[in-house]
Amino acid sequence: MMLEVRGLCAFYGQSQALHGLGFGLAEGGIVTLLGANGAGKTTTLRALCGMVRMTGEIHFDGKPITGRATEDIVRLGIAHVPEARGTFVRMTVEENLRLGAMTRRDHSAIAADIDEVYSIFPRLRERRKQQAGTLSGGEQQMLAVGRGLMLRPRLMLLDEPSFGLAPLIVAELFGILRRLNRERQVAMLIVEQNAALALDLADEAYLLETGRIVMAGPAPEIAKDEAVRRSYLGY
Amino acid sequence: MEQLLQQVVAGLATGAIYATMALAVVMVYQAIDHLNFAQGELATFSTFLAWQMIEWGWSYWAAFALTVAISFVIGVAIDRVLFRPVRNAPILSQLVAFIALFSILNSSDGEIWNFTIKSFPSPFGTKPLFGSGLISTHQAGMVAVTLVMLALLYVFFRGSRLGLAMRAAAANPEAARLVGIRVGWMIALGWGLSTAIGAVAGILIAPVVFLDPNMMLGVLLYGFAGAVLGGLSSPGGAVLGGFAVGIIENLAGTFIPFVGQELKLTVALIVIVAVLMVRPAGIFGRVAVSRV
Repeated sequence: MMLEVRGLCAFYGQSQALHGLGFGLAEGGIVTLLGANGAGKTTTLRALCGMVRMTGEIHFDGKPITGRATEDIVRLGIAHVPEARGTFVRMTVEENLRLGAMTRRDHSAIAADIDEVYSIFPRLRERRKQQAGTLSGGEQQMLAVGRGLMLRPRLMLLDEPSFGLAPLIVAELFGILRRLNRERQVAMLIVEQNAALALDLADEAYLLETGRIVMAGPAPEIAKDEAVRRSYLGY
Repeated sequence: MEQLLQQVVAGLATGAIYATMALAVVMVYQAIDHLNFAQGELATFSTFLAWQMIEWGWSYWAAFALTVAISFVIGVAIDRVLFRPVRNAPILSQLVAFIALFSILNSSDGEIWNFTIKSFPSPFGTKPLFGSGLISTHQAGMVAVTLVMLALLYVFFRGSRLGLAMRAAAANPEAARLVGIRVGWMIALGWGLSTAIGAVAGILIAPVVFLDPNMMLGVLLYGFAGAVLGGLSSPGGAVLGGFAVGIIENLAGTFIPFVGQELKLTVALIVIVAVLMVRPAGIFGRVAVSRV
């Protein structure tokens, strides 16, 4: 297991948001967390990056990362693509991408990777000198994913990657995620409102309700489950 | 007409110092969201260091360079030792830390170097530049050194990887952590740079206003005025604001009869209040919007 989580609890002030979560993610695997608003999906991703107060055990590559600073966890190759996209709005598209590679020192490879992100998202190349805040929602999402890729991550934590995007762009984005997973063995932990899309992409799925895992299994089986279909797939 | 031109040029010269102090203030403000009330005392302390080295017989530029370097280290140390532990403390605790820093530095200056006014040498001399009487060579030197420093800072922040990381840490600390930037160290670097910049301002202005422990008190107020005028969220705006305050101060002192030399500082404060009433974020500043 690349990522192993046991007994994960998270807190916002006095209130507890996660109650003892446990799950794992294999090298090169894709796991999705499903659940209604407020179920604790985003909190789970934030806890993995040390961004909320938490207890429990998190192991990455067999080493404990619980309690380590966010920037140190990122340096292990874990790219968090946050929901609000974490874009540096006053900086150019290209500066945002260069920031994504801030932990790397291989200057020529960074330039090559920027070029590769541009070939994955040609729209970003057109807007490379533009302030990131002027991009459309879809373009900002592309930038957020591109910035995550600049880390050359081994694991991507994607928080609502489809949020606010037109259906065509969503399909394109998920195609790209699938390709990244196959070609580069980037493992992914995806939180999604669009359960159908996420289940289609993922190997395994976990269903969260009020901070607890209430169902877990291979994604195709979860997709067939009667209750999940009615509540999250809408048919 | 010639008098007007002369006052504008002289205003630019003192404005260069205000711009430098404004920039130092903005640098810390960007990093920790607080005004550093001790910015002036830090600069004074640095200037005393330079004065001491020159007294020991060092060359001016050696003393200048070493003082700027030491000031950088002092700035970093102050953040690490004094302000990092209170980073998440209530605002009043942080305020007390600033006041403590202010009085520690002020009394140390007086204790070590006493309160008598000292003259400070200028490497540029004080003769009129090109014999025109418009501006002295030292004033021209002040402007030149300031412009060189601003250019270097611009290149650093726009062109270098570290500069980019510092800008990112100031703009969005959480997102900066998520790309692996060590935000705490970026803040410390901001303190270091700001203290080094303040040292330059102190050394440049000392030959004009003479060196004593309270030398930068008024200068810092002008620096604040410049920073507020240009906008605390805009380093470039703060620099322009500093120059503008220098010119406004000089013109008001010369052409508004009742202002004279005595009320010049009042003019700076009026500028602060007026700007805050019309544009709270300053001319080039941005109003911070937070999503809830």
